[in-house]
Amino acid sequence: MSKSSGGTWAPSMLRRGPRNAEQMFPGSSGKSWFGNWFGKMPWLTKLCFLWLILVILAAALADLIPGLADPNYQGFVFGDGKTNEGPTASHWLGTDNVSRDILARLIYGARVSLIFAFSLVAIGIIVGGTLGSIAGYFRGLLETFLMALVDTWLSFPALIGLVFITTMLGMRNLLVLVLVGAVFVWPSYTRIARATALSVSGQDFVTAARAIGTSRKRILVREIFPNVLPALLAYSLVGLPVLIILESTLSFLGLGVEIPTASWGGMINQARQDLLINIWPAVWPAVTLFMTVYSFNNLADWVRTQAATRSAAI
Amino acid sequence: MGGSEILRVEDLHTSFFLPIGELQAVRGVSFSLKRGRSLGIVGESGSGKTVLARSIMCLNLGSNVKTSGSAFFDGRDLLALSRREMRRLWGTEIAMIFQDPMTSLNPMVKIGRQVIEHLRQHKNVNRREAKQTALDLLNEVRIPEAESRIDRLPHELSGGMRQRVSIASALACEPSLLFADEPTTALDVTVQHQILNLLSREQRQRNMTMVMVTHDLGVIAGRTDDTLVMYAGKVVEQASTDEIFEKTQHPYTEALMRSIPRTSQASHTPLAAITGRPPVATHLPAGCAFSLRCPYVQPKCHEEDPPLVSIGTSGHKSACWYPVGSDANREAFERNLSDRLPQTLAVAESLGADQSPGIPADLPDGGIA
Amino acid sequence: MSNMIAIRLTRLVVTVIVVSFVTFVGVNVLPGDPVNALIPIDAQQDREFVEQIREEWGLNDPLIVRYGRWLGDAVQGDLGRSLVTGQPVTDEITHRLPITLELMAVAVGFSLLIAVPLGAFTGYREGRRSDRLVSGFAQAGLSLPVFVTGLILIYVFALKLQWFPAVGWNRLSNGLGPNLKSVALPALSLAVTEIAVYTRVLRSDMIATLKENYILSARAKGLTDRFILFRHGLRPSLLTLVTVVGLNIGFLIGGSLVIEYLFAIPGLGKRLFSAIQQRDFMMVQAITVLITVFYVIVNTATDLVYMVVDPRIRRTN
Repeated sequence: MSKSSGGTWAPSMLRRGPRNAEQMFPGSSGKSWFGNWFGKMPWLTKLCFLWLILVILAAALADLIPGLADPNYQGFVFGDGKTNEGPTASHWLGTDNVSRDILARLIYGARVSLIFAFSLVAIGIIVGGTLGSIAGYFRGLLETFLMALVDTWLSFPALIGLVFITTMLGMRNLLVLVLVGAVFVWPSYTRIARATALSVSGQDFVTAARAIGTSRKRILVREIFPNVLPALLAYSLVGLPVLIILESTLSFLGLGVEIPTASWGGMINQARQDLLINIWPAVWPAVTLFMTVYSFNNLADWVRTQAATRSAAI
Repeated sequence: MGGSEILRVEDLHTSFFLPIGELQAVRGVSFSLKRGRSLGIVGESGSGKTVLARSIMCLNLGSNVKTSGSAFFDGRDLLALSRREMRRLWGTEIAMIFQDPMTSLNPMVKIGRQVIEHLRQHKNVNRREAKQTALDLLNEVRIPEAESRIDRLPHELSGGMRQRVSIASALACEPSLLFADEPTTALDVTVQHQILNLLSREQRQRNMTMVMVTHDLGVIAGRTDDTLVMYAGKVVEQASTDEIFEKTQHPYTEALMRSIPRTSQASHTPLAAITGRPPVATHLPAGCAFSLRCPYVQPKCHEEDPPLVSIGTSGHKSACWYPVGSDANREAFERNLSDRLPQTLAVAESLGADQSPGIPADLPDGGIA
Repeated sequence: MSNMIAIRLTRLVVTVIVVSFVTFVGVNVLPGDPVNALIPIDAQQDREFVEQIREEWGLNDPLIVRYGRWLGDAVQGDLGRSLVTGQPVTDEITHRLPITLELMAVAVGFSLLIAVPLGAFTGYREGRRSDRLVSGFAQAGLSLPVFVTGLILIYVFALKLQWFPAVGWNRLSNGLGPNLKSVALPALSLAVTEIAVYTRVLRSDMIATLKENYILSARAKGLTDRFILFRHGLRPSLLTLVTVVGLNIGFLIGGSLVIEYLFAIPGLGKRLFSAIQQRDFMMVQAITVLITVFYVIVNTATDLVYMVVDPRIRRTN
């Protein structure tokens, strides 16, 4: 009769916090995972997220947008374009000093920046992640050699090196730029991957896998790398805005994609000449550039705080 | 011993507001303390004892903490004072010694400085006098070669010496009330004894009122005048230390006593740990918080939270429907035994089959168990 | 301990040699014949003359030999002659180095001046509105490329308000006033991002420090908040400051190159830029190596400072 029950909760004893319990344990309320996650963002972060979606979609679907002007239209040459105009009906953001529609150039410029940034991040994760995981797991001479190489490689300030190489090159399309960028991007990813792989390798589940006879290659692929990936992704989150700034800086210096391909930095550089006549050709790309980079930074910060609070739970 | 009342706490509640809900750390604690006496507050981790001490001193400085009730120090309600007014009391009238001497001293500041920096702020003391005071204090807490040690950094001292420095620092402005929050928990056993003796001596010599917060019954045995036993944010038993040991009323206190290993026991005697775990402070059960682990639990315990009531005339208070030593208690034990309640069985086992519950006769009366 | 220092120093030397070699190879291997810098294409009809020039400049020797020669000379302080101006490289460098250094020093100094109190204050007031406001600005500062900041500053303060010159540079020898005027906008352009970076780091450092137990001890002694902040709170942060400046030097170097380009400042960065375009490989080699040496030294120094000071003071035992 006097079995002790599991302990009932009287409502007066348990007070709910500012959020209800369902929201703290996502999925339990029936809302979709994504909707839940999105709903928790502060309003500014929501805006940033939406902006990024907009930019990515616009860049991806640029060719399909109806009525979008040709970003390379040579109206200046043909004598029928308007140069340096402010916003008008047919050109929503105006035209630049050789009568190209700014809005169109912005969208195509987004392509360049985003492809540059995302490709390099992908290369970093794949190349750097693989090399670093191998180095961190297998150790030995390979690791020593690789890390010495990485350290030396990182001793060179990246921008100088990029300026150096891009100036020398004859042809500078996006592919070439990405390849050159990859040269400078892989070491930092390798370093992070190796450090993470090192700590993961020391953990018991890896030893356990080895003890049941799993081949080392399999361990690398199935145990090590998946645990290295989150660290790399976290690093990439910060890397994306940095890479976008890098690309725009290069094109500002005239060392990015060759003109007349549109690029935000290049647009700003060109607009310098007639800055006092018409600031719009400089303003729009600058604003877009800022908003995009800011959105990435804001989102990255929010993700970081979410991860931190999740792991620091009571 | 005994004099006017220096501290009176009335219905103190402290809650932390966390994302997962409200954490009620202190749930209605009241007691009073006379000048010159020493009080021990005993409880497990999570019982709220540290939060209680810090709440009284108003040192819970987070934005998600709320304390209600009153704590009258010399007639003034500390909880109603502003930060500035509290600042004048901290260090001068009321002081606190913290648990971990390694982290409670600034590793980058010389110990001499740390002992008297507040002295120079509160009272207009010049450097030379301050240095002399620091030396005197360091000597008083028995730090050898104080002259040379005064300019050292904390990491150059041993744990015990660091704690002595903390004590010296707390005593610098001659407070009338001293809180010692687990002062010996982080120290070696041999050093614990010395530090506790030092504290007792200082308390006597300065006629200070001392509150010692600890989880170790051995620390308060023979050293404190009165004792408060806390469980899950509430006081479950309150009496003079002698009576706590001799006439235990509350099952939790009894269980604590029972769990102390004694040299008189045969070797390989299994530890009589209290079954179960303390409740999570965000999900407290209705009724008595100890009901889930109590060997004497009855249905009433789950429904109603027993109030803290006086037993006898000596000021001994306990919060239990079936206090230890009463007939109701014995009956409850028998009932649970026949129902084969796990915690009751465990207790019976540790006592031997034919014994009834009670405090073993050979409990020490002083020093460390 | 001294072991580690020795290792670092050897690494430093090795790195410098490797990088200088790679740069040497790079300059000479990538498209663009150095001869074209010496003699314009049109004047290259006379084969013999071209050969003669090649011999004079040692361009016919194998790469290793040329590198060895360069290294030998460089260690003695002779960095060769510019292919474009014919002047000794060392002269040009000594002429321009102070300018770039001044730009970076002013930027860093100004940033620290603002970031230290800002970081400490926002760390102290974590979560309040002032903190969120400042953090928001810091986030924005991080999102502005230096050239955008520079352009905005030029437009507002140089072109519209005409308070500062938009381009050009007045050396210190010409007077402090004009010099400050020319360094103001460029340094500020760099500083905006620097301040954002430093403030963030200092803020999180302060937040962590304020959670330490000894801060609670200090409070329990009745010390004022200001005393605690400055005497107990800032000390660990100063160390972080040093390391953060050191780690951020890469950004400073790249950024000052861009700034020199934008503001037409006759510093090392701009000279490097033009040298690369003109294939003036002696100049390129010299400046690149100099930058690398500087970068590696700063990084090594930062590492060492961190190693020496951090474990002893911050970790108790």
